[in-house]
Amino acid sequence: MKYSVKPLFSSTIGKKLLMAISGLFLCTFLVVHLIGNLQLFKNDGGFAFNVYSKFMTTNPLIKTVAYVNYALILLHVFTSLALTIKNKKARPVSYGYNNAKANSIWSSRNMGILGTIILVFIVVHMQNFWYEMKFGEVPMMSYFEYISPEGKTLSTQNLEEVAPSSYGTVRQVIVKDLYKEVTTEFSEEALLVLLYVIAQIAIGFHLWHGFASAFQTVGINHKRYSPIIKTLGYGFSIIVPALFAIMPLYFFFIK
Amino acid sequence: MKFTLKIWRQKNTNTAGKFVDYQISDVNSDMSFLEMMDVLNDELVRKGEEPVVFDHDCREGICGMCSMYINGRAHGPKRATTTCQLYMRNFSDGETITIEPWRASSFPVLRDLSVDRSSFDNIIQAGGFISVNTGQAQDANSTPVNKEDADLSMDAAACIGCGACVAACKNASAMLFVSAKVSQFALLPQGQSERSERVLAMVNTMEEEGFGSCTNTGACEAECPKEISISNIARLNRDFLAASIMK
Amino acid sequence: MLDSRIPEGPLEEKWTKHKSSIKLVNPANKRKIDVLVIGTGLAGGSAAATLGELGYNVKVFCFQDSPRRAHSIAAQGGINAAKNYKNDGDSVHRLFYDTIKGGDFRAREANVHRLAEVSVDIIDQCVAQGVPFAREYGGLLDNRSFGGSQVSRTFYARGQTGQQLLLGAYSALERQVGLGNVKQYTRHEMVEIVNIDGKARGIIARNLINGKLEKFFGHAVVLATGGYGNVFFLSTNAMGSNVTASWKAYKKGAFFGNPCFTQIHPTCVPVTGSYQSKLTLMSESLRNDGRVWVPKKKEDCKKRPQDIAEEDRDYYLERKYPSFGNLAPRDIASRAAKEACDDGRGVGVSGLAVYLDFADAINRLGKSVVEARYGNLFDMYEHITNENPYEMPMRIYPAVHYTMGGTWVDYNLMTTVPGLYAIGEANFSDHGANRLGASALMQGLADGYFVLPYTIGNYLADEIFTKPISTDHPAFLEAENEVKDRYNKLISIKGKRTVDDFHKELGKVMWDYCGMARDKEGLEKARELIKQIRKEFWSDVNVPGGVDEMNPELDKAGRVADFIELGELMVVDALNRNESCGGHFRTEYQDAGEAKRNDNDYAYVAAWEFNGIDADPVLHKEELKFENIKLAVRSYK
Ligand SMILES: Cc1cc2nc3c(=O)[nH]c(=O)nc-3n(C[C@H](O)[C@H](O)[C@H](O)COP(=O)(O)OP(=O)(O)OC[C@H]3O[C@@H](n4cnc5c(N)ncnc54)[C@H](O)[C@@H]3O)c2cc1C
Ligand code: HEM
Ligand code: FES
Repeated sequence: MKYSVKPLFSSTIGKKLLMAISGLFLCTFLVVHLIGNLQLFKNDGGFAFNVYSKFMTTNPLIKTVAYVNYALILLHVFTSLALTIKNKKARPVSYGYNNAKANSIWSSRNMGILGTIILVFIVVHMQNFWYEMKFGEVPMMSYFEYISPEGKTLSTQNLEEVAPSSYGTVRQVIVKDLYKEVTTEFSEEALLVLLYVIAQIAIGFHLWHGFASAFQTVGINHKRYSPIIKTLGYGFSIIVPALFAIMPLYFFFIK
Repeated sequence: MKFTLKIWRQKNTNTAGKFVDYQISDVNSDMSFLEMMDVLNDELVRKGEEPVVFDHDCREGICGMCSMYINGRAHGPKRATTTCQLYMRNFSDGETITIEPWRASSFPVLRDLSVDRSSFDNIIQAGGFISVNTGQAQDANSTPVNKEDADLSMDAAACIGCGACVAACKNASAMLFVSAKVSQFALLPQGQSERSERVLAMVNTMEEEGFGSCTNTGACEAECPKEISISNIARLNRDFLAASIMK
Repeated sequence: MLDSRIPEGPLEEKWTKHKSSIKLVNPANKRKIDVLVIGTGLAGGSAAATLGELGYNVKVFCFQDSPRRAHSIAAQGGINAAKNYKNDGDSVHRLFYDTIKGGDFRAREANVHRLAEVSVDIIDQCVAQGVPFAREYGGLLDNRSFGGSQVSRTFYARGQTGQQLLLGAYSALERQVGLGNVKQYTRHEMVEIVNIDGKARGIIARNLINGKLEKFFGHAVVLATGGYGNVFFLSTNAMGSNVTASWKAYKKGAFFGNPCFTQIHPTCVPVTGSYQSKLTLMSESLRNDGRVWVPKKKEDCKKRPQDIAEEDRDYYLERKYPSFGNLAPRDIASRAAKEACDDGRGVGVSGLAVYLDFADAINRLGKSVVEARYGNLFDMYEHITNENPYEMPMRIYPAVHYTMGGTWVDYNLMTTVPGLYAIGEANFSDHGANRLGASALMQGLADGYFVLPYTIGNYLADEIFTKPISTDHPAFLEAENEVKDRYNKLISIKGKRTVDDFHKELGKVMWDYCGMARDKEGLEKARELIKQIRKEFWSDVNVPGGVDEMNPELDKAGRVADFIELGELMVVDALNRNESCGGHFRTEYQDAGEAKRNDNDYAYVAAWEFNGIDADPVLHKEELKFENIKLAVRSYK
C-alpha cells in the first residue's frame, strides 16, 4: 500500500484535533474563570473578588496558563479559518434550495458565525478588563494579609473585619479595585451588558454542538458513554454561559 | 397528482447551468420518483426538447448510481432512501419540487443532474482494500470473527458510495464514505496488518481530492440511504491520529 | 459439430490435470500483453483484478460511473459453495449434481464439476478480502438453504451478498488500478469488436461523457458484460444491462448459445402500472420461511387475505412438491404461480399475484428473528408497495431475472472467435436450462478469479510475439466508421416514437410469446412481430440531442436496436427446441404441467451463428454427454 506520513496538522483531521483540544481547554478555562467571577456576588464590597484577581494576575502558574490560553484562542481561531477556507472551496456552487435543518442542528452549521461573535467579545472583553487593568486608570482598594513568622500568607481579611491576631503579622495590601471597575461598567453601560449577554448566548450555542463534537473529533464515540458526554455538553453549554450572563444583568438591573 | 418541477439544466462541466421549470400532471402516486422523471423525459422527447440527464441503474437502492438533491435534501425527503426508492406518494399534490445535482468541487457536474464521482474510486485505489492476491487465501473458517464485530463491519460495508454524505455535508466532506471503508476493514482480523497504512493513504487522497473537513454536524448520517453511523468517523479519527503519531 | 475442448480423463481430475498442462506465460512477457476486459461485475471485476495481479496489462471498461456499480451489486440472496461447514452431507459432487439437475440436464458436465470444485476457493478468497459474510455466535461462517437443494450451502451477507462480493472484487480491482497494472475506463460503452486475421484484437468504445469513439487494442478481449434479461423491457436487471457487447461479438463470429433459456424468478414485486420501468426481486431466501398460497376459491380473491380461512387457502407448492415445498426450483415455482393465476385465483388488483405469507414464521420464530433475517427485504417491499409485510402477506409474481443463454464458450471460456472470451452471465454458462439460486455469483467469481486467469494463458502463450497493433489499422478504422454511421443514422431518423416505446413493445411480445410458456404458433407470430418492430424502429425512432455529447437516450437507442435483433434469435431458438426443459416450457411438451424433456433429440447446446441480418442464423450443435450422472426426470415431489 502506498502511503506517506504527512505532518499530522496538515490534514483536516489533524487540524480538527487542534480545534477540539483547544476548544476543550477553553471550556476548562471557562469553568475556572466562572468560579472566580462568582466572587462578584459575595456581598463583601469586592474583597473576595479582588483577592481572586490579585491571585490570578500574580501567580506564575496561573500566568503561564493564561498565556497558553491566549495562544490557544489564537490557534483555535486561525485553525478554524483554515478549515473554513478549505470547506468553502469544497463547494464552489451552492444549492439553489437547501433544507439543512432537516438533517443537522443550527449551531453545528454556524460554528464560524458563533465563533466570530465570541471573538469580537473576547477582544472587547480583553480591552475592557485586561488592558484597563494592566495599563489603564483603575481605582485602588486595600485589604489585610496575615503573615506567619515564616513569611507565609495565612489568610486575607477584609478591612472592616480586622481582628487582633496573636500569631504572625498583619500587612495591608493595596490593589487595583477591579471589583469596582467591573460593577460600575456593568451598572452603567447598557451596550456592554448587551454584548456580554449576546456573547454568552453565542458561547452557549457554540458549545451546544462543540462540546460533544470535540469528543467525536478525538475519536471518542461509544454507545454507552457518548450519550453521557452529550448530556454533559448540553448541561455545560446552558449553565456556564447562563451564570456568566447573570453577572452583568445583576449589576445592571438589580444592584 | 400534479407537480411543478424546478430542475437544474447544465449542458456540460464547462458551461454554467440554470433552473428550468416544468409542469407535470397525471402522476400516479405509486410511481417511483425516477419513473416520474421518465414520464417527463418522454414528454420532452415527444416535444422535440432534450430530456433531463440523470444517473440511475439498479433502481433498487443498491448500486448507488442515482443522485438527486430533491427539495433541499440528498435523495429527497424520506429517511434511509435513495432517489430511486422514493415514491410520489412521499410528495403532496401540487407541490413544487426542486431538483439539483450533488454539488461539490470533487463531484463536477457532467450534464444536468449527473456528476462525476471518480474521486471516490481514487480514494479506494489508495487503500480501500486488503492486499491479498487471488489464490493466496487460507480456509475461510480458520479465523473466527467475533459476531458483533462482523456485524459492525457489515453495517459499515453497506455503504453504496452514492455520495449523499458529501452532497448533504455543508463542507462537502467525504469523511462518512472514507470512514465506512476504513471501519469495515478495521473491525475484521483480516484488515489489521494494513490498518495504519490504509487509513493514512485513504485520508491523504481524500484531502488531495478537495473534499472539505468534518464539523460533526451529522448531516451525512441523517441523509445516508444506508444509515451509516458517524461512529465510523470517530473510528477513522482514532485510527488516523494513532497512525500519524505512531508511524 | 462444435468442439468444446473438454480435457480427457475422469471428471474429478479433468480440471486439475488441465490446469497443470496449460501453457504458461513468463512474467516478463505478461507485461507485454494487453488484455481488454469489458465489464466490472463479479466476473469482469474479479478477472481484471486477477489478470492484473498476474502481471498482464489490463484495461477494464464499464458503462456506469464506477466499477462498483455493476449489476452484480443487486444480488441479494447468497453464493453457493460446497464447504460442508454445516456437516449436512454436502460435497463437491452433490453441488455438481444439484446444479446439473437444477439445470434440467442441459449443462456441460465438465464445466459444472469444475465450478463445484472451485466454489470452495471463492469463499476463502472473499473472506480474506474482508467480505463481511454472516457469522454465527462462535465466529464461524453461517449458511442458509436456497431453492433446489436440500443442504445449507449458501453463504450470505445480510440481503446484500452481491454487493459485498462485488465490493470485494472491486477493491481487488482498484488495488490493481492503484498499482498501475490495470487501467480503468468508466462511463465507456463497448460498441464494436475488432477482429484482425480471424482473431479478436480490440474494441471500439463510446465515451459516454462526450460521445467520442475510442479505439483500444488487446491481445485478447474478455466479455463480462452480464445478461440480456432487459430484452423483456421489464425485468429485475438494472436499467443499463444490455446485450450490446455480446451482440457485436455474435455479429463478428462468436456463436450465441441457447438464447431462449431465460429464467423467470418466482418472487418479484408485481407490476402496478404502465409507467413501470423495472421489476424488483424479493430474494428467494424469503421462501425459506415464507409460505406461498392463493385462495382455493376464485370468489375469495378480492377478499383481504386475513379474512380467508386457513382451509380455504391453497399452499400449492407444498401440495404439489411435498419434499421441496416452498423451496422448489425457480422455473417450477414460477410456472406454478402462473398456473394459479391463469386459473383465476391470482390476487391483487391485476389478479397477477400470489401471496408469500410470513404469519407462520412470525408465530414460530417471533417477529425479531424474522426481522433479523429479512428486515431489509421487508423494508424494501414496504417502500415499494406501501404495505407492511409483517402484517399483510407479500404479493409476488414471477419476473424475468436471469439469462442462462449467452455467448457460446468452450471449456477454456473462449468463444468461437480466437482470443475472444466470455465469462459470467454473458456466456451461455453452466446453468443449463435453469439456474439454481445462489449459483450465478458462484459462477461469475469462479470464472473471473479461478478459471479464466489460467485458461487465457493457453492462448496468450502463443501471442507473446504479437506486437501491439496500432489502432489506425484499417480494421479499427472500418469498425469505427461502422459505429459512427450507425449513431448518425439513429440521430437522423427523427421519427415519432421514443426509444422506450419500441422497447416496451418488444418486451411485451417477448413476455407474451417467449416468456414463461411458449408454443409454436405464438413463437412464429412473435418472429413476424419482431421483424416489424425492427423495421419501424429504424424508420420511426426519435432520438433527441447529438452524437458528440453525453446523450443517454442515444445510448439506449443503440442498446434497444440490439435487443430487437436478439429477440428474434431467442424466438428462433425457442422454436427450434421442441421439448420443455427448465425455463423453456413449450406447452406442447408436458406431462400434466411438468416439463417433458426430449433427451434423444435435444441433449445439445444450440449455438447459433450469425448469417446476415435478414437471413436465418445457422445452428451448430454441441452434443451434451452425460458420463457421470444418469439423465432422469427432474422431480422435486
Ligand atoms: C435482483 C437480482 C438478484 C440476484 N440475486 C442473486 C443471488 O442471490 N445469487 C446469485 O448467485 N445470483 C443472483 N443474481 C444473478 C447475478 O447477480 C448475476 O447473474 C451476476 O451478478 C452477473 O454478473 P456478471 O459479472 O456476469 O455481470 P454484471 O454484474 O451484470 O456486470 C456487467 C458489467 O458489464 C458492463 N457492461 C455491460 N455492457 C457493456 C458494454 N456494452 N460496454 C462496456 N461495459 C458493459 C457493465 O458496466 C457491468 O460492469 C441476481 C440477479 C438479480 C437481477
Ligand atoms: C470560549 C471560547 C471558545 C470555546 C470554549 C470554543 C470551543 C469549541 C469547541 C469545543 C469546538 C468543537 C471542536 C470539534 O468539533 O472538535 C469548537 C469548534 C469551533 N470553534 Fe470554537 N470555541 C471558542 C471560541 C471560538 C472562537 C473565538 C472562534 C472563532 C472565530 C471559534 C470557532 C470555531 C469553529 C469554526 C469551530 C468549528 C470547527 C469545525 O468543526 O469545522 N471558536 N469550539
Ligand atoms: S439507481 Fe441504483 S441506487 Fe438508485
